[in-house]
Amino acid sequence: MSYENVNSTLGADFSLANGPRATPAVLARLNALLPAFLARYGLVLTFLALWQVSSTQGWVNPSVFPPLDLILSALWGSLTSGALLDDIAISLQRSGIAFVAAVVIGIPLGLVMGQARVIEQALDPLLQFFRQTSALALYPVFILLLGLGETSKVFVIFWATLFPILLSTIGGVKEVDTKLIEMARTYGAGRLAIFRRVVLPASVPAIFVGLRLSATTALLLLIAAEMIGANKGIGFQVMNAQYNFQIPLMFAAILLLALLGLLANAVLVLLQRKLCRWAQPNA
Amino acid sequence: MSLAPQTLRGEVTIRHLSKSFTLNGRPLPVLSDVNLQIRSGESLAIVGASGSGKTTLLRILAGLDTADNGEVLIDGKAVKGMGAERAVIFQEPRLLPWLTVLDNVAFGLDTRGGVSREEARNRARRYVHLVGLQAFESAYPRQLSGGMAQRVGIARALAVQPEILLLDEPLGALDAMTKISMQQELTRIWRDEDVTTILVTHDLEEAIYLADRILILPREKNAAPRLIEIDLPRPRDRSSPQFVRHREELLNLFGLH
Repeated sequence: MSYENVNSTLGADFSLANGPRATPAVLARLNALLPAFLARYGLVLTFLALWQVSSTQGWVNPSVFPPLDLILSALWGSLTSGALLDDIAISLQRSGIAFVAAVVIGIPLGLVMGQARVIEQALDPLLQFFRQTSALALYPVFILLLGLGETSKVFVIFWATLFPILLSTIGGVKEVDTKLIEMARTYGAGRLAIFRRVVLPASVPAIFVGLRLSATTALLLLIAAEMIGANKGIGFQVMNAQYNFQIPLMFAAILLLALLGLLANAVLVLLQRKLCRWAQPNA
Repeated sequence: MSLAPQTLRGEVTIRHLSKSFTLNGRPLPVLSDVNLQIRSGESLAIVGASGSGKTTLLRILAGLDTADNGEVLIDGKAVKGMGAERAVIFQEPRLLPWLTVLDNVAFGLDTRGGVSREEARNRARRYVHLVGLQAFESAYPRQLSGGMAQRVGIARALAVQPEILLLDEPLGALDAMTKISMQQELTRIWRDEDVTTILVTHDLEEAIYLADRILILPREKNAAPRLIEIDLPRPRDRSSPQFVRHREELLNLFGLH
């Protein structure tokens, strides 16, 4: 029985149970995981297959939608030749600095604002106003103030990533069960102990929602920032490849961005699982 | 005030306690001139119709609310606010979802201080054992049933070894079967712990089953609260004639018979 055979046979489970030979455990496991895998990624695989076929068969214009193998080889080529490495590095640096700054400022500020009603009430209208103003609309202002260099790019990303973190932290702190705080008080917990042992851990899941939103926003804003006045970066490469009609390279850069986004999200999910083990069904 | 300290441990005196809330701009009296002496090691149940102020009385005793008038004395000393000689068990278990059962039980020991982390865990382990959850020491609250979670709450309160345990309808949210088994368990636990217990409940049978005396708070604020002595050996038999007689007596008091 070959590998493909087991996987493609619909009645594999049935034949496994009744088959005269015991299937190796690895194949049996694979067999059990296959339906779940297909349910999750089947549509993506179909889409990719359709893309490939449409492009090679000429159903769509292959110079606008090049076949996947061309895109992948463009990605591979630019990665192995090191052509894109500088761009990746500078892009990661820009969004990384901005994201870290947003975390370092947003979480503590949110924790304070969530607890101190007076500060929150005073700052809330201003925050709501800023939040409703698109960071992209403010980008020209930032360029005016900070110049066309790195600072304005990092700042616009920081600005856009700050709000999801700040607002979800405030929300998390405000939604802490007051009954738990009362319980802690009866056991002699002071303000600091209540903060450290009740408010902070209770806010962690909400903070992570903000972190994940912000990570996505950071990459979105990165591209926009790099399309204006940059000569390096993944966003610049997308624009540049399009100007020079290197369409496979353009898609390769877009693909790279998507992969970076997935990677950032995966890292955060992993961290969240580690920190919020108590909130998971099968912890 | 010259009595030896050991005879005073966990003794509560309530003097002229009054409390009103404001409802639509008018004062609504909840407690008026409550006087009571609770003996050391006694188990007192407070019953009353809703609105009789039983939970308010308990919250004042716990230091979570303040009285308008009157005072509470513990072991002869007037108390204000919360204190390490008291522990509260609420209707909801109020466990911290991010802590394991063991760490939840050790919570009060951690926050009140005075014992090392190690010692706190050791003592917590004893109380987890006492409430029969040793197999769930490292489980998280979301993995527990309602009855188990409440047992963790009870263990947490006992672990700080209070002189006075204040219980606010602790079994009110449990199903009938779990409730009865928890009542039996409480009887067993209290026999071994040297603690004064003050229990607010709306379950008359629970009051008769658990308490030495029952305080009945009237709905009318000018009527005086009544006290009933339950002098039955433990564990109590719910179907014994004396038990049934006490039940009828209480039902009559509430005009339900």
